[in-house]
Amino acid sequence: MGFVWMIIAPVIIFLLISGAINNIGHGTKDINKPIPWIIIISIFTPIAAGLMVFGYYAVKGEYDKI
Amino acid sequence: MAEVSTKGIGKVIFSSSLGTLIEWYDFYIFGMLAKTISAQFFPEGNDSAALLSTLAIFAAGFLVRPFGALVFGRLGDMIGRKYTFLLTLVLMGGATFLIGLVPSYRSIGITAPLLVLLLRLVQGLALGGEYGGAATYVAEHAPAHRRGYFTAWIQTTATLGLFVALGVIMLVKNNMTDAAFNAEWGGWRYPFWISILLVGVSIYIRLKMNESPVFAKLKAEKKTSTNPLKESFGRKENFKIVLLALFGAVMGQGVIWYTGQFYAQSFLENTVKIEFIQNREILLWAIGLATPFFLFFGWLSDKIGRKWIMLIGMLLGVIFYRPIFGELLKSADAKEWMKDKSNLKEELVKHSILKVDTINRDSNIIFASHNKKIFEYNSTIKFSQIQVDTIFQGSDGFSSLLKKDTKPTYSDIILSTPLKIKFIFLIWIMIIFVTMVYGPVAAFLVELFPTKIRYTSMSLPYHIGNGVFGGLVPFIATLLSATFTGDPLVGLWYPIGVAALCFIIGALYLSNKKGEDVSD
Repeated sequence: MGFVWMIIAPVIIFLLISGAINNIGHGTKDINKPIPWIIIISIFTPIAAGLMVFGYYAVKGEYDKI
Repeated sequence: MAEVSTKGIGKVIFSSSLGTLIEWYDFYIFGMLAKTISAQFFPEGNDSAALLSTLAIFAAGFLVRPFGALVFGRLGDMIGRKYTFLLTLVLMGGATFLIGLVPSYRSIGITAPLLVLLLRLVQGLALGGEYGGAATYVAEHAPAHRRGYFTAWIQTTATLGLFVALGVIMLVKNNMTDAAFNAEWGGWRYPFWISILLVGVSIYIRLKMNESPVFAKLKAEKKTSTNPLKESFGRKENFKIVLLALFGAVMGQGVIWYTGQFYAQSFLENTVKIEFIQNREILLWAIGLATPFFLFFGWLSDKIGRKWIMLIGMLLGVIFYRPIFGELLKSADAKEWMKDKSNLKEELVKHSILKVDTINRDSNIIFASHNKKIFEYNSTIKFSQIQVDTIFQGSDGFSSLLKKDTKPTYSDIILSTPLKIKFIFLIWIMIIFVTMVYGPVAAFLVELFPTKIRYTSMSLPYHIGNGVFGGLVPFIATLLSATFTGDPLVGLWYPIGVAALCFIIGALYLSNKKGEDVSD
């Protein structure tokens, strides 16, 4: 399953970036403003990187001993 | 393992929980009074103020809270739990009180939203440091076999903080007119001012408490960490546990927590269109009746372990969110009531034209007339209908209906007592899921990490899970609703997806711990 977690991470970032591109400037809601997207993508990039590392640790069997 | 005495544990729990409850109260009132605060400090049509408003909403929860977890977690592992969570309380109380003192945009211009943004960021920073300190402090005083139960008191505070915030705002609002409440120096400021009294009492109580015995021993032996951040996140042995805590427990806990309490409230108000006061009454009852279950599941986790209680809470959310929210929507469907003409009665007295928008003006005028009617269904349910008709008015002064609104909107629904009880029950069920995932989580997190880096290591995943994953529920829900317009429940796929992912990771990798030695 570790590989699944490693794949999910870039997919999340891709979805966030495409969500930002498709919504910024197309209305007046929060999802149409750039600032929330900048904040969310900045905070989610290290989280997604963490999910990749988590997947890597899972593949290496690091969680088998816990 | 050293035997921990339970003497004085009541005082420890009380002093820690009271402060944490007040911090949650302080953080919530800003969100609950967002509309009024927005009108006072972030007026529409001003781009700079709008930017500051967006920053106040998003930066405080998503950026500053995790940052606060790092800053105060580090302090707590180096200086001690007691003084660190005293500092967070002072910062939170001070910032909240000062928000209540900032003059409006009309009085001091752009300085007003700047000050409010700054104070909101201080609130986020303080909240990021508070929880880890309080949970660690109680856990390090508690005997191993009752740690789940004792730390569950801390877990009640986030929900009780919401309860107190709702109660105080309703109390103030019910005792004055809307105009008096929303005025520049009106009633909306009282909940902010009240905070200073609550914080003062809590600081006095906390000052009398001793440092955590486990941390005090570590400090006496000069074994505290010199660089908690490096030890927490720079060493693989600990960092892999931080990741497991985040992706296998608190990420799911965050979305279940947010959906059951906050998203449910906003769904009732904005989608189901329940009237303002009744919406809050429903939530208050549901919270009040569900709160003891935090303690129950904390206690149960001491008997059977933490893992499966938390994971089953997530699984129940995954399975039941759509049916429950669907039932809420179906049960208060004004369009269905309108079809049942025999049980429907219009209150003619309340029929009024709300406003008139001029669409086109030359010699003739075309305008939109917003008409409000109030209906009573079955003599027990009340609701408003807003119809926007397009009217043509010729130069001779005579007007005629150009286009009748065939899709009127409904709002301010006041439910009958049986229906209200049904709604309380449905929200209560969702808060029970919250109590399952949230009740044992403090003990679970405390037991994952060693004393010398516990405050830092548990605070960051908790605030990412709760603040970031949980806090994103409304944003992603709006995003999904804008993308997939046909399904009013589409926003639920985000919490369902995150909780499902967390359930799988937790089920695969977490061990079912209870009563671990935390004195290491």
